[in-house]
Formats: sequence, C-alpha cells, structure tokens
Amino acid sequence: MKTSLRFCLLAALVAVSTWTAHAAPQPVTLLNVSYDPTRELYQDYNAAFAKHWKATQGQDVTFNQSHGGSGKQARAVIDGLEADVVTLGLAYDIDALAEHGGLVPKDWQKRLPDNSTPYTSTIVFLVRKGNPKKIKDWPDVVRPGVQVIVPNPKTSGGARWAYLAAWGYALQANGNDAGKAQAFVTAMYKNVPVLDSGARGSTTTFAQRNIGDVLLAWENEAHLAQKEFGADKFEIVTPPVSVLAEPPVSVVDKVADKHGTRAVAQAYLEYLYSPEGQDIAGRNFYRPRNPKAAEKYAAQFPALKLFTVDELFGGWAKCQKTHFDDGGVFDQIYKP
Amino acid sequence: MASTVTFRLAKPRATAPADAADLEPAWIRRVLVSVTLGFLVLFLFLPLAAVFVEALRKGVSVYLATFLQSDTLAAIRLTLLTAAIAVPLNVVFGVAAAWAIAKFEFPGKSVLTTLIDLPFAVSPVVSGLIYVLLFGAQGWFGPWLSEHHVKIIFAVPGIVLATIFVTFPFVARELIPLMQAQGSDEEQAAIMLGASGWQTFRRVTLPNVKWGLLYGVILCNARAMGEFGAVSVVSGHVRGMTNTVPLQVEILYNEYNFVGAFATASLLALLALATLGIKSFIEWRTQRDTAAA
Repeated sequence: MKTSLRFCLLAALVAVSTWTAHAAPQPVTLLNVSYDPTRELYQDYNAAFAKHWKATQGQDVTFNQSHGGSGKQARAVIDGLEADVVTLGLAYDIDALAEHGGLVPKDWQKRLPDNSTPYTSTIVFLVRKGNPKKIKDWPDVVRPGVQVIVPNPKTSGGARWAYLAAWGYALQANGNDAGKAQAFVTAMYKNVPVLDSGARGSTTTFAQRNIGDVLLAWENEAHLAQKEFGADKFEIVTPPVSVLAEPPVSVVDKVADKHGTRAVAQAYLEYLYSPEGQDIAGRNFYRPRNPKAAEKYAAQFPALKLFTVDELFGGWAKCQKTHFDDGGVFDQIYKP
Repeated sequence: MASTVTFRLAKPRATAPADAADLEPAWIRRVLVSVTLGFLVLFLFLPLAAVFVEALRKGVSVYLATFLQSDTLAAIRLTLLTAAIAVPLNVVFGVAAAWAIAKFEFPGKSVLTTLIDLPFAVSPVVSGLIYVLLFGAQGWFGPWLSEHHVKIIFAVPGIVLATIFVTFPFVARELIPLMQAQGSDEEQAAIMLGASGWQTFRRVTLPNVKWGLLYGVILCNARAMGEFGAVSVVSGHVRGMTNTVPLQVEILYNEYNFVGAFATASLLALLALATLGIKSFIEWRTQRDTAAA
C-alpha cells in the first residue's frame, strides 16, 4: 500500500514536471559581455529577441549585460567572467579568447555570415557646433592647437579603430610610406590631452566635460552623443576616407556548454542578421549589413571610402602585434 | 566673534604658551583662517554641494525615481551585503590583531604590524588583481574552482574578498595605539584577582577601547561601501548583479544619466556626512570620558 502510494505520487510528479516542461521550458539567462558604445543597441535588441524567442520557442530569456573597453572585457572573460556570448569591438579581442583558455574555437569568425560581424561602423569626427576649428578631413586633426579626444588603444577597441583610421588615411595619402604614416599618427597623438580607457569615457570627456575640439568616435557613438546632448551642440563630420570597423560577435563555447545555453545563445546572435535585428542596428546608428535595412537608414550614413584592416594591415593578428602590443608602434609614439 | 573674545578674556593669563598665538599680528591669523576656509570651500564644500545640486537638477521626483530603478536597488543591496560581511569580519580580526600586538611580546611582531598596513600601501587596483591572479580562470585556483562550479571572481564572493582586503587595517590601526597607550596593567590586575581571559577581555579591555573600536568600525564601513578600485577589478560589471553603488555611479554617468549618477553618488556623500557626524560624536564622548577619568 505504502509503496504504491509512493509510486503514484512519483508518477504524478513526473507527469506534472514533464507537462510543465512542455508547456513552458525553464527560463534561461544569458550574459552578454560587450564593449562600451553598445549599451543602447543591446537594450533594444535584447527586448526584441526575448519577445521573438518567447513567441517561437515559448521560453523566457532574460539578459545580463556588462559593458566596458573591448580589450578589458575580453580580459575579464578570459579571467572567468562567464559570458555566454561576447559582442566586442574588434576581432582580435575574440581571437584572444581562443588563444587563452580555448574559450572559443580558432575559426570562430567563420561561424556566422560576414566574418561574424552583423553590423559595421566607422570612425568619424564629432566637433562642436559650427565647427569652430574647421575640422573637415584627417590633416586637420594634426594641426597645432587642435585638441583631439580619443581613448587608449591599449584598452579600447574604438581607439584602435581610430588609430588605424588615421594610419590608413596617412598611408594612402603618402603612397604607402609607413614612415610618413607614423609621423602623421605621432603628430595626432601629440594633440591628445587625455586618454580614457573606453570609448564612452572619451565621449563624456568631450561632451560633458567640454574638453577638446574633436572627438574621434565610433559613428554610432557620435550619433548617440548628438541625440543625448542635443543636435544644437555638436556636429558630425564624416571624413572622405576612414576605416571599415567590424565589431564581431561570438558564442563563448566553453561557457555556453557549461551553462547549457548554446542553442539560445546561437539563436541570439543569428537573429542579429534578421530583418528585425538589422533594423534595430540601423536605428541605433550601426551600419546594417542587410541591403534593405541599409537602404532605409542610408540618409544617416554618408558615403565615404572605407578600407579594411585586412587590406591595409594584413589582418588583426599582425596589426595588433605591430601596433598595439607592448613595445609596439603605439608605445613608441605615445609618451605621456 | 563676541563669544571668542569673552572666552579669551576669561582664560587665565597663566597659560602663556597657549596664548602665544594671540601675540601674532591679527593679519597673520586672518590670512591663515581665510586660506584654510578658502581651501575647504573649494575642495570640500563645492564638490559636495555640486553632487546634490546635480542630483536635484530635475526635481525631487526624478531624484527619488533613481532609487526605484532595479539596477540601482540591486547595487544598494549588494553594497549593504558586502559591508555587512566585511565589517564584522574585520572587527574580529582587528580586535584580535590589536590585542596580540599591544598586549603581548612575540617574535615577528613588527612584521605583523607592518603587514597590517599593507592594504594602505598597495594601490586598490593591485588589491583587486591579486584576487584575479588567485581565483581567475587563468589563476592558481581557477581551474579547480571552475570544475567545482564555484564562482569567486566576477561574483559576490570576489567583491566581498576585495573589500575585506582593502578595509582590514582600519579597526586594527585605530586600536593598536590606544591599547599600547593603556598598557596591560589593568588586565594583569584583573587576572591577579582571578578573572579568566575572556572575562578580562570583556570586562576590562573592551570597555577601555570601545570608542576607538566604534571609530574604527565606522571608518571601515565607510571605506567598505565606498571602495571603487579593487571592486571594479573583480566585479565584471554585470548590471543588477555585480555592481556596487560606486560602480553603479560610473555606469549611470556613462549612460548619460547624469541625474541618476549624481543621485546615487549623493547616497555615498550622505554616508560620508553621517560618518563625519558619528566621528565627531565619538571624539566628544572620548574627551568626556577621559576628562571624567
């Protein structure tokens, strides 16, 4: 009697638990470790994806976000910050996850379309209203008396893109003369009064604390600053030539497998490429990959000549070693 | 002004050295006082006032709304939790260390005294990094911890550890000079009269140092709640989970939510003011107790 009662209870329990499992899968939480200027993008996108996932899979998904300088964030993930996905400022920082601790496979960048970068951006100039220092093109940022605000390339992805944009411009303007490019970038950093550790820190230095004449910023960050502080305060100047910044995304395999979140993490990143994901990217001032979404937001993204890191610098690994590693070119040219 | 004058006149002229200052020309006194006051206004009152002005820029309702935000609430909870763990542990440690150092002679005593000061000498960033090097995924214990699903870094335990580390000198530092000055005569007398060690500690040592202890505790608490550098290194900055109040201030500021940032900062400013208030109260009580003794 006792045994059968117990059996009945157990059977009922199993039935209920499988039934609830079918009706509503366990809620899941994802940690997205991202770089500085994506706060607003992922706030929008997380809400949209949670809705989409609930509608298609019936599962509740909540998100935790961490933001900071791209290199610093990669370091935190390597040191054990358990990110299910990373959405960082540049590919090298995710390469670092492959190199240290094998958190992602070496070929991570081939797993999603467009080198795992669902949206792109570039480096533009944010200047004060009326452009009092007449900053129109790259040569203007090395003029004496022009204060340039840019974060530290050692810790910030945006800063590395800005450095490479300046270097790439100088390289192309001087017939690929690396010496002249270095002289140009050296002159530019002579005009930098303060190096913040992340892109957002530089934006507040420029916009809130009113330091400097021009901010070398992610295009999306420049638009956002204009939106936050008012279009009557700042102007965006798009130089004729700049770098195609490709901020990549990846599932952190080791963590996602440990958490059992691989499927939802994967879907989370894939949905960035969907019409809705692309639209959210455009709305948050990232250049969408999808031609239709790109067309919709064409007005806010002036056409300019864009070069890639692969074209001019032979890929991120080489570029990082030459320019940003300890003792690299940046250390030689920037002496505070 | 009038009261100062009467005070001076009422004072007996016998205490000549104390009155030497009065013999200085008045302009020197005025210059000194105005320099000090100017300095205080410029570097203390203005920034403090600025925090509250900025926090209340958009009105009281916006100010209060900041504290209803779930991320800010979570940060406040985490800060309170961290202090609630770190402060009692440091009280136990501080009293034990101070007692050992002030009342006993043992080899290595000077080394121990120096070690207690270590967190004061080390930059907070390094204090945080120590724990990353120990418990981080690439650190000494990282692989073992990860195998056993124990999270220390980028979770609450790491934040508590880093806070304990940076705040542990406070209580001991307050107590050691006090206990040394008091010597161990009273304890020896108590033991001669047949008190046990615990009785001696509870009835003799503790009452003698209670104000110093309380002072150490509030300083320790203020630092535990306000620590930025070390906690920033081990936090991971996950919103609503591993951000303490100081980190939340930075995040809100970086999100262009300046009112929110200053409103949250005003909590820390209030904490500082309360700390100062309690500190002067304790100083007043200590003076009264010494005068009575």
